[in-house]
Amino acid sequence: MSMLTDPLWLLIITCALATFATRALPFVAFSEQAEHPLVLHLGRYLPPAVMMILVIYALRDFRPLVDWQLNMGETGLPMFLAAGFVAILHLWRRNALLSIMSGTGAYMTMVQLSWTV
Amino acid sequence: MISQAWREAGLQTLPVMFGYLPLGAAFGILAVEMEIPWYAAMAMSLLIYAGAGQFLAIALLASGAGMIEVTVATLMLNSRHVFYGLSLLKRFQGASWRKPYLIFALTDETYSLLTSQSGSNVTNHALAFRISLLNQLWWVLGTLLGAAIGSAKLFDSQGIEFALTALFIVLTLEQARRLRQALPFIIALGTGFGALLWLPEQHLLLGAIGSASLLLLVHYHLASRRPHEHAN
Repeated sequence: MSMLTDPLWLLIITCALATFATRALPFVAFSEQAEHPLVLHLGRYLPPAVMMILVIYALRDFRPLVDWQLNMGETGLPMFLAAGFVAILHLWRRNALLSIMSGTGAYMTMVQLSWTV
Repeated sequence: MISQAWREAGLQTLPVMFGYLPLGAAFGILAVEMEIPWYAAMAMSLLIYAGAGQFLAIALLASGAGMIEVTVATLMLNSRHVFYGLSLLKRFQGASWRKPYLIFALTDETYSLLTSQSGSNVTNHALAFRISLLNQLWWVLGTLLGAAIGSAKLFDSQGIEFALTALFIVLTLEQARRLRQALPFIIALGTGFGALLWLPEQHLLLGAIGSASLLLLVHYHLASRRPHEHAN
């Protein structure tokens, strides 16, 4: 199979081009509009909104009837408990690495011990 | 001998190294678990180089998504990079041969390092280049490490993908701390849960981010009609 017909390599090339496009777009197209108030407005509010949506998206397995998932370990309760743990730990210690590692460790322990409802 | 300039850049990337090695390893382990060969996982970290984007790519591959879906999902997920670039237009001016790589390697973490420089470092393109290159090195090394751990089955890695969920939670809290305004989070909760309730799984992300952008456009028009209410 050649690289361009293998779905895996096609996916890698597609993702690489799409990712570079989002990073290069402002340098190519918007260099004149950098100070436009609409651009500033979106630049200010869109990133936090996207982050919040990504959290909801990552936690969607709490919802039943999911057939397509980013999180392969599906159990909803360990996910919610671990997510709450990450949030509280991060608000308390404000150490990104500590929050991510501890939360992931807690989640892995719960799903591997089949700690579900 | 490591030169003073590289040492300075290396010190600055230390926190990113501690984040990228385990997260890159999580990606490598997950990729191997999904039966993606280690060299393909490496190619993703070398050519795509986007944390969340690479995890999403693996999920899309597993779900058998088409290339249009992959393109749209990647563009939407990475749309925040457009705004990173906008605020760095002036910063990267005159970076000459380094500029294409600086743009390619503009991840969330590199962006936060580059935008928190002070003094003469603010316009130091060589330093920005070293920071960007080292950050990708940590990411690629992490991926290789993870692929090796995953292949050797050194430990049960079930559930390790939660690292990405945890990263999103941490980034959201950091955004909230920086902005100190509820508006984008209220919009995101509304569109996010709305999409969760009414949209099929594969259109969830696109629908939620798309409608959030539209609501922000509406808000912009309302705000520009009453500028006194939205002065900073």
